[in-house]
Amino acid sequence: MRDVAVVGVHMLKFGRYPDKDVVQLASETTIAALKDAGCSIKDIELVASGNLYQSNAMIGQRLMKEIGATGIPVINVANACATGSTAFREAYYSVASGAYDTALAVGSEQMGKMGLLGAGGGGDRAYSTEGIMGTGLMPGVFGQAGVEHMRKYGTTQEQIAKIAVKNHEHGVLNPNAQYRKETPLEDVLNARVIAWPNTLYMCCPTGDGASAAVLMSAEKAKKYTTKPVWVAASILTSDPYQERNPTMFDINTVTRNAAKQAYETAAIGPEDLDMVELHDCFATAELLHYENLGLCGDGEAGKLIDDKETYNGGKIPVNVSGGLLSKGHPLGATGVANITEIVWHLREEAGDRQVKGAKTGLAHVIGLGSACTINVLKR
Amino acid sequence: MAQETTTEKKTNPIVKFLRIPEKYPEEAAYFWGMQCGGCEAKFLGARLACGKCGETDKLSEVKFGDEGEIYVFSVVHQTVPGLEAPYVGAIIDLDDGVSIRANVYGLDPEKPDTNWFGKRVKMFTEVTAQDREGNDVVAAKFKVQE
Repeated sequence: MRDVAVVGVHMLKFGRYPDKDVVQLASETTIAALKDAGCSIKDIELVASGNLYQSNAMIGQRLMKEIGATGIPVINVANACATGSTAFREAYYSVASGAYDTALAVGSEQMGKMGLLGAGGGGDRAYSTEGIMGTGLMPGVFGQAGVEHMRKYGTTQEQIAKIAVKNHEHGVLNPNAQYRKETPLEDVLNARVIAWPNTLYMCCPTGDGASAAVLMSAEKAKKYTTKPVWVAASILTSDPYQERNPTMFDINTVTRNAAKQAYETAAIGPEDLDMVELHDCFATAELLHYENLGLCGDGEAGKLIDDKETYNGGKIPVNVSGGLLSKGHPLGATGVANITEIVWHLREEAGDRQVKGAKTGLAHVIGLGSACTINVLKR
Repeated sequence: MAQETTTEKKTNPIVKFLRIPEKYPEEAAYFWGMQCGGCEAKFLGARLACGKCGETDKLSEVKFGDEGEIYVFSVVHQTVPGLEAPYVGAIIDLDDGVSIRANVYGLDPEKPDTNWFGKRVKMFTEVTAQDREGNDVVAAKFKVQE
């Protein structure tokens, strides 16, 4: 496998774009990422386009028709919330393998005001188990995941709520974040409960957005940038057999397996990370991933947030972008957007929220069902 | 001459791993599944293969009991329109070694408590809806044993 660099990145500010269609969102961010890379669509040899809710709609090929249909291979990628990062991984391996010299990864999503995530339509409603035999919707699933940590270690709702406080505070400094408003602890705890222990501010919003990255072989990258950001590891795992899974989804083992492979491949340990952009679809998820990614020992996640170690400026800044809670979570876009965020910091282009001296970053996403992607980036 | 047709109303389970006996409700509905003769893993409902070891030949049907305990829970406030909320949505560990997603009754959803962990629960069933053909649909729920 040869070295691969990220040479261009871009993300749209996440939010609501009711007057644009998703191909337009993908096109805007792709044109901007190509500009950032200093190359054109004609230099791209493969496109991996991630989109979940319209995964059968050939978004990748429609994107090409919009910005330059060159006839190159186009793969449409879907992997739940890990859609964008799996598209990134496709682009990465296409270059690392030596088969292609440049590749584009683009993630996009238009969710409108989707409401209940995970609710299926169609079929005879009488046979839907939602709310009749437990819950399979994301807020309840991630509520249960957090409650498991409470059972094992006595973690409190207040500790988990502090994560939402942190991420909303971080989001204030991010011009690309959907929400840029602080939420003090009392407001988080008093907000209406969605699925205990997660209140409204502990849940990520739905929204629209897109993000793109241009990847090149080392040799080619050097012609386009003086600040290549290297992909030190690009890992994908699925959830192995576990007794309660998938009645109770196991987001922990799949992440731990990916983290182990990522650290080995990148030849680092968690202590070498300068920043982490992880999958905080709900505040309870971030709590668990502190331990799953080895940022602290098992049972110590509550203490990590109590001690503010994951704030920007702390021992290991987590989600300085504001995370999904504040930045937003247009599903297909997220996996490319959190890589884009890290690239900006490693290039020292992150403005007010810059993590000082950042050289190594880790991007993590979980797609429930389940997929885990971890990408480690280095300057 | 007009011919009268009678359609026999059926009673269907909301999920395939809940079996409704012919003489329901006099005879209780029960959870069923399969066990792997190779690695002994248990699964809800029908299986083509063992999801743990991949064995395709040694699966046999098993009946599961109706008692267990609360492993974890959430209290769901925002749900499908028309359903009662908030409700306790739990993961129940059946004594027989499989886990079920279920609503739990006998707990106050406004007061979630860590003392709910490990509470003993017992399954009951009831008709929760009629499907498009007018058949009864039966679901399983759990009640706290005091």
